[in-house]
Amino acid sequence: MKTQAMSERRKFILTMARAAGLAAMGGLVWSAYLDEATASSLLLRPPGAIKEEDFLATCIKCGLCVEACPYDTLVLAKPGDNKPLGTPFFIPREMPCYMCPDIPCVPVCPTGALNQASVTTDGKLDINIADMGVAVVDSKNCIAFWGIQCDACYRACPLLGQAITIEYSKNERTGKHAFMKPVVDSDFCTGCGLCEKACVTEKASIFILPREVALGRAGDYYIKGWDKEDEKRLENATSKTTTTELSKEKAVDSLNSNEDLY
Amino acid sequence: MSLTRRDFLKSSAAASAAAAMGMAVPSDVQAAAQSAEANWRWDKAACRFCGTGCGIMMATKDGKIVAVKGDPAAPVNRGLNCIKGYFNAKIMYGADRLTQPLLRVDAKGNFDKNGKFAPVSWKRAFDEMELNIKKALKSGGPEAVGVFASGQYTVMEGYAAQKMMKGGFRSNAFDPNARHCMASAVVGFYQTFGIDEPSGCYDDIELTDTIVSWGSNMAEMHPILWSRVTDRKLSDPERVKVISIQTYRHRTSDLADIEIIFSPNTDLALWNYIAREIVYNNPESIDWDFVKKHIVFAASPVNMGYGMRRSDEKSIKEGKYTALEMEIISKEMSKVVSAKEAPALKPYGYKEGDVMVNKNAGLAHWEISFDEYKKFLEPYTLDYVAEISKGNPDEDINEFKKKLQTLADLYIEKDRKVVSFWTMGMNQHTRGTWVNTLSYNVHFLLNKQAKPGSGAFSLTGQPSACGTAREVGTFCHRLPADMMVANPAHRKIVENKWMVPEGTINAVGTQDIMRIHRDIEDGLIKFAWVNVCNPYQDTASATHWIKAAREMDNFIVTSDGYPGISAKVSDLILPSAMIYEKWGAYGNAERRTQHWRQQVLPVGDAMSDTWQWIELSKRFTVKDVWGSYAPSGPRKDELPSVIEAAKALGYTENTTMYEILFANKVAKSYKLDQKDPVQKGYDNSEGFGDKRNVVGSDGKVFKGYGFFVQKYLFEEYAAFGRGHGHDLAPFDVYHKVRGLKWPVVDGKETQWRFNVQYDPYAAKAVKEAGTDNSHAFYGTLAKELPYGDLMGIQKKEKTGLKNKAKIFARPYMDPPEMPDTAFPVWLCTGRVLEHWHSGTMTMRVPELYRAVPEALCYMHPEDAKTYDVKQGELCWVESRRGKVKARVETRGRNRPSRGLVFVPWFDEKVFINKVCLDATCPQSGQTDYKKCAVKIYKA
Repeated sequence: MKTQAMSERRKFILTMARAAGLAAMGGLVWSAYLDEATASSLLLRPPGAIKEEDFLATCIKCGLCVEACPYDTLVLAKPGDNKPLGTPFFIPREMPCYMCPDIPCVPVCPTGALNQASVTTDGKLDINIADMGVAVVDSKNCIAFWGIQCDACYRACPLLGQAITIEYSKNERTGKHAFMKPVVDSDFCTGCGLCEKACVTEKASIFILPREVALGRAGDYYIKGWDKEDEKRLENATSKTTTTELSKEKAVDSLNSNEDLY
Repeated sequence: MSLTRRDFLKSSAAASAAAAMGMAVPSDVQAAAQSAEANWRWDKAACRFCGTGCGIMMATKDGKIVAVKGDPAAPVNRGLNCIKGYFNAKIMYGADRLTQPLLRVDAKGNFDKNGKFAPVSWKRAFDEMELNIKKALKSGGPEAVGVFASGQYTVMEGYAAQKMMKGGFRSNAFDPNARHCMASAVVGFYQTFGIDEPSGCYDDIELTDTIVSWGSNMAEMHPILWSRVTDRKLSDPERVKVISIQTYRHRTSDLADIEIIFSPNTDLALWNYIAREIVYNNPESIDWDFVKKHIVFAASPVNMGYGMRRSDEKSIKEGKYTALEMEIISKEMSKVVSAKEAPALKPYGYKEGDVMVNKNAGLAHWEISFDEYKKFLEPYTLDYVAEISKGNPDEDINEFKKKLQTLADLYIEKDRKVVSFWTMGMNQHTRGTWVNTLSYNVHFLLNKQAKPGSGAFSLTGQPSACGTAREVGTFCHRLPADMMVANPAHRKIVENKWMVPEGTINAVGTQDIMRIHRDIEDGLIKFAWVNVCNPYQDTASATHWIKAAREMDNFIVTSDGYPGISAKVSDLILPSAMIYEKWGAYGNAERRTQHWRQQVLPVGDAMSDTWQWIELSKRFTVKDVWGSYAPSGPRKDELPSVIEAAKALGYTENTTMYEILFANKVAKSYKLDQKDPVQKGYDNSEGFGDKRNVVGSDGKVFKGYGFFVQKYLFEEYAAFGRGHGHDLAPFDVYHKVRGLKWPVVDGKETQWRFNVQYDPYAAKAVKEAGTDNSHAFYGTLAKELPYGDLMGIQKKEKTGLKNKAKIFARPYMDPPEMPDTAFPVWLCTGRVLEHWHSGTMTMRVPELYRAVPEALCYMHPEDAKTYDVKQGELCWVESRRGKVKARVETRGRNRPSRGLVFVPWFDEKVFINKVCLDATCPQSGQTDYKKCAVKIYKA
C-alpha cells in the first residue's frame, strides 16, 4: 500500500510526465493537450484543487504535490492517458486518497492551484473539508441493496457515520432480516475514494465523481422551512427576470396580437 | 451428475409448466431443471466461515465451483449472506493452493529440519510420518504425539481423527483451535447445566424485546444474525431495546439504544451488579417458585491462577522466558490483591495488599446457601461497580451510572424478554468460565432462561465448533456426546462401539492446545500434526512456539489448503482437500447440523483430512501402538498393554488400525451406490478414488475404500448421542432438509432445550420425577455436590441435584497483566468482517484483500498524539513478549477510548500474537486474547 520511499518506477513516471507537461506548455503537443483537456471534467484532483478551469490555467505541472504524497495516490498525466498532460490526478480504485491530517500535497503547491485556504479550518489544515469529489452508489449493483451484509464501503470510510451512513429497512422477502444500505452525504463526503477501493463488486458499485458531475443544484430561490441551516443559501439568492416561451414577448405586444382568440 | 433422458423431460416440463402458472417450484426440483438446461449444477452446502451457519447453494461447472447463492430455503439466512459468504465460490482457487506433499530436505533428498521444502510423494510423506510417530511413541509414549485439531473439521474428519488418536495411538494430546474460541462457554454450560450447548435458538431474536450484546461485535462477526437483530429493532423501535456492552466502540454500537464501554475484565462486576440489583433492591423480581424448584447456589475457589506456566515447568526452569515475561508469569504462583479487586474479594477473606497464593483448583465447586450468595453479592454496589468498570476516561461517571441502572432495569422489568448474546469477549478471558456462568445467574433469578425470546445465548465463532469440536469431542478431555475420557464408564461405552479392547483409551486427558505448545517447548511432544487450523499464527506468545517447532528435536506436520504460517513452520506439509471437495457436515451455534456432498474434485493431489487419517492408520498395527507405556508427562501411572485383550477380540499383533477402526465389518456395510438418491451423480474421492488417479500412500493409484466411509463415520458417531439428549437425525435425512436442531426426536427438531413445552427430554424428565416443573436441566455432569460456604467445603457428603441448574458466586478479579507505567495501554485483538481468522482463505480472495489488505492499529486520536504517532503512519505495538509494526488508524470502524488499542489478527504480516499473552482461563484453558499491556511508539 504505502511505500516509505518513492519507488524508482514512480520517479521515472513522474519525470516523464513532467517532461511531457513542459512540452505541452511549449506547444509542441498542443493538439493533444486540447483533446485531453476535454476529458478533464471527469478527473479527480488532489485536495484543495481550485475549479477545474482555473486549475488547468494555474497548475504548472511541477509534480511537487505528487512527490509529497506519502502514498502512491497522486500521479501526473502522461501522454496517452487522455488527460491534461502533466497535471496531477488520482484513480481511487487503484489508490485512493488516505486523507492525511497534515495534507502534505497542498502546502507545497507553488501556484495556489491547490488552495490551502480551502482545506483550512480555524487556521489549521483540515482534510475533512476537502472536496475532491463525491461518492455515488449504483444501487442496482451494490450488493447491500440485494440484502447481502456488506457495508465494506461504510467500514472503509474515514468519516464513517457522516459521509456514509447506513439506512436500515426491513427485508420483507425473508421476513426476518434487514437491509443495511449505504447512503452518501455529500455535505461530508470528501471524495477520498476509500469506499471505491474497498467495494467488493467486480467493478466498484460505489465510485467517486467530481462534484460538478455528480451533484445537482436545487437553486437558491427555495429555502427549506424545516432547516435553519438552509437559510445560509439566501446569501447567494438574487432576483432575476424569468423568461419562458410564453413570456418572451413584451406584454403589450402579446396583448395586441389578435391571433385565433375566438 | 447424470440425469437420465426421462428425468430431463420430466423436470423440464415441470419447470416450464410452473413458470407459466407463476407458481414456486420446490428448489430441489428447480435445481435439477437448471442443470439439465445448462451445463451447471446447483447443490446445497453450508457456508465455510462462522458459527452462524448460513445455508448456501453451490454452482458447479466443468468440475469447478463457479458461483454461489444464499439458499432461500435455509432458515438461518433465507438466501442472504455476508461478504465472506458471498465469496465462497472463490476460496478454493487461490493461485498458491498446495497441490502436493512438501518435505524439508537436504541436497540429497533426505529429511533435513533446516532444509528447503521440496515436493515428495504421498508415500514418502506417510513414511516420514510413520517413522516420526514411532520415534515419538518410543521417547514419550502417547503423550508425545500431539494434534492441533479444529472447530472447522467436518464432523466426519473430526471423528476419524478422534478415533485414531484416542483409540489407536491412545493419545489425548488432541485439542482443537475451538479451545481458543468456545472452551469457556463449554465449561460454563457444563457447570451450570451439566450438558454443553445453548438452550435457545436464533428464533429468540424474532421473539425477544431486548438484545444485549456482551463483548461481541455481532455486526461484523455474525452479520446475518445482526441483520435479524436489526430487523427486530425496526419492527418495534420503541419496545425493542438494543444494548451494546463492549471494551471499545465498534459497529455493533451503531444500532444500540445504550452503549456501555467498560474497562477490560470488569464484565464480571457488571453481571454481579445486575444480580445485586435483583437480590438487594428488587427482590420481588425473583421468581422464587422457579428458583426453588430448579436452581442451587454454588461457589468455587478464587485463587486458581491464570492458566500460565508454573515455576516447576521445564522451560521456565531452563530460563526460556525473559525477566520481563516472568514479571507476569510469576503471578501464576502468587499475586498481590489490588485495590480494584479487594472489595469483591472481601467475602473470601482477602484485603488489599494480601498475597494470594494460587493453586490448580480444577473444576471443583460446591453448593452454598442463598444467604451466602447474597453475602457474596454485597460489594457490587453501583458506586463500586461504576468506579472500576467505566472504560472511557472521558465519560462522566454519573452518565455511566445511569446507563448501568437502565441496563439492570431492562433485565429486571417484568414481562420484558431479554436475550444476552456474547462471543469472544466473555470467552477469551482469564475468568471466562466464571463470566459465562454469571450470565445465567441473572437470567435464572428472573426466570428468563430457556424460554422463547429469553435466555443467555453463547454465540459460536467457528462453523463447526459445536458440530465437530464439541459434539464429536475433539478435545483432550472429551469423547463424543459429552462423554469424558476421565470417566471409566464413558471410556467403556466408546471402546465397545469402536471395537477396541477395554482399557485402550488413556484416562488422562489434560493436554489442551496451550499444553500441546508448551509440551513441545518442554520437549515432551516430539510429533505434532496440524489439522484445519493455524496454531502457529493463532496462539498468543507465538515466538515461543515457533522457536520450539523450528529449533527443537521434533517433527511438525501441517495439513492445509494454503501456505500459512503453520505450514511455513512445519517439517512436512500435506495438501488438503478443502470444504466443497469432500463430503461433510457442520453444526452451528443453534445446534443445527447441516450436511453437504462432495461438489468437485480436490485441486492437484490434495486429499481430505479423513483420507489422510485413514491412510495413516494403515501404517500402525496392534503391536505398534497397544503395548504398555511408562508414565509420561501428565500421566503418573503406567498405561497397561491391551495387546492380549486385542487378541481376545480376534485381532492379531499385526492387525492394522485401519482394519479395526475404519475398514471393519460395520463400515463395509455402508455401501457405495450410484442408485442411492443421496450419492447419485456425486463424486466420492475417498470411496471410489477419482479420475485424477492420485498416487496414494502405498505408491499405487488410490482406487477408493469401496464403502461409504463418510456415512459410516457419521452414523457411528451419531449413535453415541441418540437416546441421550444429543439425538441426530439419520444421515440421509440431512440431505433432504436445511439442517436440523438437535435433539431431533421423532423426526422433530428442538428449539428450546430444558423447557418442558419444547424439549421432549425435559418433558420426560419431569414426568419421571413426578413434578409439574416448567423446566428440567437434565444434563448429568457435576450433578452431585458437597456443601459449604464461600471459603470452602464444610460437608463432604454429596447431594444430588437432578434436573437442577446452578447459580455461581464468582467475584471480579483483575487479569494478570494490566497497563502500568512501562506498558500503559490495553491491547485487544479480534477480527474484521472481511477476513476469516488467520486470513489463509479470505486474504486470497482479491476483492476481500483489496477491501482490507492489512491489519490496522485502531486508537483514540488523543492517544496517537500522546504517543507521537500519526494517522496512516506505522507504529510499534510492543509488550513484554514481542512487538509488531502496524499502521495507525484513528478513524473508521473501531473507535477505542483513550487507553486501549485494537489490532485484528488476520494479517500474518502484522503478527499480533507475538505480542499477546498466553494466559488462559484456568478452568477452560481458553486464552485471553482480549487483554494485555503494551506500549505504542513511532516506527
